[in-house]
Amino acid sequence: MTKTRRISGFLGLPFVFWAAAFIIIPLLMVVWYGLTDENGALTFANIAAIAQPAHAKALLLALLLSLLATAVCFLLAYPLCMFLVEAQKTSNSFLTMLLIVPMWMNFLLRTYAWQSILEKTGIINTFLTAIGLQPLRLINTNGAIVLGMVYNFLPFMVLPIYNVLEDIDKNVINAARDLGANGRQTFLKVIFPLSLPGVISGITMVFIPALTTFVVSSLLGGGKILLIGNVIEQEFMVAYDWNLGSGLSLVLLLFIIINVVVSVISERGEEELRRRKSDAEA
Amino acid sequence: MKNELIHLNHISKSYNGKVVLDDLDLIIHENEFVTILGPSGCGKTTTLRILAGFETPDIGSVIFSGKDITNLPPNKRQLNTVFQNYALFTHMNVAENIAFGLKIKKQSRSYIEDKIQYALKLVGLEGFEKRSVNNLSGGQQQRVAIARAIVNEPRVLLLDEPLGALDLKLRQDMQYELIRMKNELSITFIYVTHDQQEALTMSDTIVVMNQGYIQQMGTPEEIYNEPENAFVADFIGDSNLFPGIFVRDEMITIDGVPFACVDTGFGTNKPVDIVIRPEDVDLVPCGQGTVSGVVTDLIFKGVHYEMCVDVNGREWVSQSTMPCAVGEEVDISVHPFNIQVMNKPESEDEEAVKTDD
Repeated sequence: MTKTRRISGFLGLPFVFWAAAFIIIPLLMVVWYGLTDENGALTFANIAAIAQPAHAKALLLALLLSLLATAVCFLLAYPLCMFLVEAQKTSNSFLTMLLIVPMWMNFLLRTYAWQSILEKTGIINTFLTAIGLQPLRLINTNGAIVLGMVYNFLPFMVLPIYNVLEDIDKNVINAARDLGANGRQTFLKVIFPLSLPGVISGITMVFIPALTTFVVSSLLGGGKILLIGNVIEQEFMVAYDWNLGSGLSLVLLLFIIINVVVSVISERGEEELRRRKSDAEA
Repeated sequence: MKNELIHLNHISKSYNGKVVLDDLDLIIHENEFVTILGPSGCGKTTTLRILAGFETPDIGSVIFSGKDITNLPPNKRQLNTVFQNYALFTHMNVAENIAFGLKIKKQSRSYIEDKIQYALKLVGLEGFEKRSVNNLSGGQQQRVAIARAIVNEPRVLLLDEPLGALDLKLRQDMQYELIRMKNELSITFIYVTHDQQEALTMSDTIVVMNQGYIQQMGTPEEIYNEPENAFVADFIGDSNLFPGIFVRDEMITIDGVPFACVDTGFGTNKPVDIVIRPEDVDLVPCGQGTVSGVVTDLIFKGVHYEMCVDVNGREWVSQSTMPCAVGEEVDISVHPFNIQVMNKPESEDEEAVKTDD
């Protein structure tokens, strides 16, 4: 028994090296740069810099757009997943494939595709001018960025929700119907509450990449709309101020940690509450 | 005769071209404990699902207390189901599970509270209100599932192999519990199982199904003592199932050996199937029986011994409280009353006898 345990301990080693080299060490470097100035002296100025109007505005805009994108993803994904689970039931797995596979196409490619659709001389505007209408300003708007986020991160909302919905025992749904619930009541009282864990992980998995993105905002925002991700990227790649870039990254990291903690708590919360109730009873 | 409550009126159902139910016609009376018994895939669960409203028959109708409910959705039917895997709501505690149907019907809080207490008492789970259903044992979950169904005061309770996942001892206890509950509630129970012992123990009426057909319907005694065909005989209890010849009224032969029986009207010199229950095969000293053989196997079964006797190459199974040693020469004697004669199956559907066990 101890032998198998020793062997299984070794199985984790490759990842330990990987994590040390590519996650922990870089993260420690970010912390180091974020908490020092260019001379290596300890300072909190890089973190306090988030309060500067330009930075604060970029952070608030990123929060706003990523929340919006997350909400839109949820509203699109949930009905889609219900449809897919239903289709799966009637063994229509080809349809599922048809809807899921395009979502895994290359991220950059799809963002570029949207660029050429929304451009001033893009497909939509070419069509509008051809039928004699005024071209619309589509690209370089907040709307375009939200669209890009939704389009790119939708699969991360679809998958966890699809998995929980698929896992719900058909007989549990039948039981609700059997006990007198109509379709709406069955959904509100049984299906949706049972799918909450998937919804919560979907929200986390969309919100975090959307909050931190700089590719979507630079391609569809045309460099005119700056999200916090773009500001950080510019500090590193344009201004070469690694200290400021790292400081702002730490602030962003804080928001990510808050999001993860909230989702873990809300996922466990209900379970915990129920257990405590039963413990008190027993 | 009791009042007719449910009539499954000539129902047929197929999935992807495979016929599951073929012209099934079944009448269930008020306050009856009906068991639908058969091997897996015989159509018994489909029958139950059609009753509950989860499936619609391709042909035929479901009549409930005089009204056609074939197309009525499950939430509008006056019957409740106890599911095979319990299907409890895992995001609710025991009391919330039980209250589900009553809350949907917008009953008053005090009414719901009374009902929960009554149901918990009936199923023997007093004090479990606030427990999470995830921390209950299989037997306890089963009781919650029953409580959740009966608080709605259904006229019929449908039970889909409800004891299938429980261990033997618990299953036997629950069988008695179910009979007690049925008598206390005085409602109709329709019970689906593949366990013949369960069916014999609990039912007023047993419906034996195979391959979408009703093979036989009757009281447990009728089904056990007078099986109508080889499938029923083989499926219910242990049995010696032999091909035989119906020589004339009250006389058959098995492998050429004549036996007296009490059956009449099967014709003359006609091939038939013969069933003799192992407990009816008496092993007697040589010279006192109808046919001689050698004991080849002796197994202790608890209340009795089971012995295999080789009679000119055919194996007879006998059950008795008195053991005979392996290798011993014995005679076999069967009381004429215990020889059950059945017609040979006419269709292939009835034939699927030996493949199922």
